[in-house]
Amino acid sequence: MSSMPGGRARTADDDLELTPDPSLPPTAVDEAVREAEERKWTPAKIAVWAAIALLGGVAWFMLAIIRGETVNAIWFVFASVCTYLIGYRFYSKVIERYITRPNDRRATPAEYKADGKDYVRTDRNVLFGHHFAAIAGAGPLVGPVIAAQMGYLPGTIWIIIGVVLAGAVQDYLVLFFSMRRGGRSLGQMAREELGVIGGTAALVATLLIMVIIVAILALVVVNALGESPWGVFSVGMTIPIALFMGVYLRFIRPGKVMEVSLIGFVLLMAAIIGGGIVAETEWGAAVFHLDKVTIAWGLIVYGFIAAILPVWLLLAPRDYLSTFMKIGVIVMLALAIIVVRPEITVPAFSEFASRENGPVFPGALFPFLFVTIACGALSGFHALISSGTTPKLIEKERQTRLIGYGGMLMESFVAIMALVAAISIDRGLYFAMNSPAALTGGTVETAATWVNSLGLAGVNITPDLLAETARNVGEESIVSRTGGAPTLAVGLAHIMQQFIGGTAMMAFWYHFAIMFEALFILTAVDAGTRVARFMLQDSIGNFVPKFKEHSWRPGAWLCTAIMVGAWGAVLLMGVTDPLGGINTLFPLFGIANQLLAAIALSVCMAIAAKRGSFKYLWIVALPLAFAAVVTITASFQKIFSPVPAVGYFANNAAFSKALADGKTEFGTAKTVAAMEAVVRNTMIQGWLSVIFVLLSIIVIITAVIATVKAFRNEAAGIRHDDHEDPAVPSRGYAPAGLIPTAAERELMAEWNKLPADLRLEKSAHH
Amino acid sequence: MSALVEGFRGFARYLGGVMGADAYQKYLEHHYASGHLNQPMTEREFWRDRTDRQDSNPQGRCC
Repeated sequence: MSSMPGGRARTADDDLELTPDPSLPPTAVDEAVREAEERKWTPAKIAVWAAIALLGGVAWFMLAIIRGETVNAIWFVFASVCTYLIGYRFYSKVIERYITRPNDRRATPAEYKADGKDYVRTDRNVLFGHHFAAIAGAGPLVGPVIAAQMGYLPGTIWIIIGVVLAGAVQDYLVLFFSMRRGGRSLGQMAREELGVIGGTAALVATLLIMVIIVAILALVVVNALGESPWGVFSVGMTIPIALFMGVYLRFIRPGKVMEVSLIGFVLLMAAIIGGGIVAETEWGAAVFHLDKVTIAWGLIVYGFIAAILPVWLLLAPRDYLSTFMKIGVIVMLALAIIVVRPEITVPAFSEFASRENGPVFPGALFPFLFVTIACGALSGFHALISSGTTPKLIEKERQTRLIGYGGMLMESFVAIMALVAAISIDRGLYFAMNSPAALTGGTVETAATWVNSLGLAGVNITPDLLAETARNVGEESIVSRTGGAPTLAVGLAHIMQQFIGGTAMMAFWYHFAIMFEALFILTAVDAGTRVARFMLQDSIGNFVPKFKEHSWRPGAWLCTAIMVGAWGAVLLMGVTDPLGGINTLFPLFGIANQLLAAIALSVCMAIAAKRGSFKYLWIVALPLAFAAVVTITASFQKIFSPVPAVGYFANNAAFSKALADGKTEFGTAKTVAAMEAVVRNTMIQGWLSVIFVLLSIIVIITAVIATVKAFRNEAAGIRHDDHEDPAVPSRGYAPAGLIPTAAERELMAEWNKLPADLRLEKSAHH
Repeated sequence: MSALVEGFRGFARYLGGVMGADAYQKYLEHHYASGHLNQPMTEREFWRDRTDRQDSNPQGRCC
């Protein structure tokens, strides 16, 4: 291949002669043909894209400029989908052309390392679904709900623009670079590209970030299940259901994944309906009515047992169930919103958009809105998924754009739908549900009085509405059900009952939503604990070699206990926090997640620079700079802000002083013990912020050094170390996008004419 | 009607692919295509091996 646009490329693949097999048709569409096809704008093509641009423009206008009483939810769908299409068609192609530069003549790991187990060429559309199911979970369902405090517009803009320019870029680049390295993990890539210091900092940061993320996800579940016998019963039933599925798959009918998933799904529905019946009975209410601390301890014990049980018994079957539900739920949510098209009465910018004392999460719009919504706009956690499983399954290099970039756009759409569902409920109800009990007082009367005293435009909530909503969804109370999940469940129940079933079905839909969120989160908790345990074992193994043996039980159990203990401690801290756990901890979740994104983007920037893509390095540098500025500013405010509601140490000082003054209650803490808890919690949260931000700054600095070094080497004409796997010529062909182009179809036809014995084994269907 | 059935089958196959239900099929295809002389694992053995390997090689699930 000759020189590349945008700088002389000097990595192996460009100079290497990938000698094709003469007995095979070409393994890639001819460069010139593809180029011509892409640049040819037929009138029909122009009309389609003009229509998309126009519809998107009108939708944005309706959302952002028109200030009517209400705005219809359908505009959210149009604004997002049109922007995604344009971002996918135009921006991701810029990235493809100047940064990733895929080469279809080169075999992917799934081809040259094919083993029929981990490295398997997978049809692009199937892999798209698979990858999407691995990256999307409860995150995009929770963050946007909490961020709705500021009104709908800031969150909507960040989710849609953020994904196009940042989140999808990160996912795509990590996927591509990991694929070029045989599916290496982010940690390994950081070590290779950034050296020992940057690599070690990245590893430690990743481990700590995973602890925080698992803890706060668990907190969301605990908050949704506390004092809810129905929820506890139906979510608790997922454990025996998963165990049954595991045994069924192992001993009764191995490999019948679809069959067992269907059975599991039916049992799950029965558990939701049964939960309603059980919660009605006296004994059911008595047994399953648990307070949050008990549930948190239950989750900790469960987390430990689940992480040491064999995968086949609990994790694998629940993963099937979770994937099955994920696809169903998202299709259902999209259909419901498109069919029902609820009217949204929430203002574009709420009163809290310009203040920093919001009750749901504290802090000003910049930077805290951008960390509150992480999943759906920019999620660093995806970098761990995009490096690892997915790159080992890709059939052709050009497909990474569909899977990496396109998969993340899909998650962003889920976030938009969650936002729409959450803001379709009454605004007074929203604040009554999402503000900590310390503010609402916990009863319908005090909550209504407090919400009405906020002076929010158009908000006048009655205790009756709060009580009635709780009754409709089959809960004792919905006051101060923080964490986002219950709000989304009420919103979803509100929309779905207009679609199917009416008010009588609301309780079912509410608990259905709680169930799937809990299912996603429990899967993430399990998997996260296991991954973290292996990372810890490997790290300790550098000093005590015995720990590297993963089958060594004492080591495995000890490391599992350490990881569960770490997230369990943070979870308990959140559950017992007198200030309201979500309120204080959720910003830490977002900051952790986006610091991980900054780390991933740093690694990508260093790699892109070493490949000689200097002119277009801004594509990586832009989201990196934004993520770095947002998270570092947010961290600094959390550490140094003199406002107690925002700064952890300021709050710590305020409560310490109150204690020293001999006060027995201060702010929302009503006892000395509660005040002491605040002092302890804020100190831990503060130091966690310090550690995160320091580690991330180290990683970013090492990445900048690696980038500058690459630039100097380039100028001096020195070759870079290349950590890519050696290029191997491909022996198969598959189109890149969802719909094959004319040239791609022509080539596919050529391959289809090939005698079977010359072809690579077919990759699943289509 | 037959188009509807065909469409449903296609969807079921797609869903199965996403969930990894066709993993054994793919393993067999790979096994025969790569000309291994030894017997392939049986379906039961394959799924056992698959989940047991996940024990020592966990995959993250995202939030």
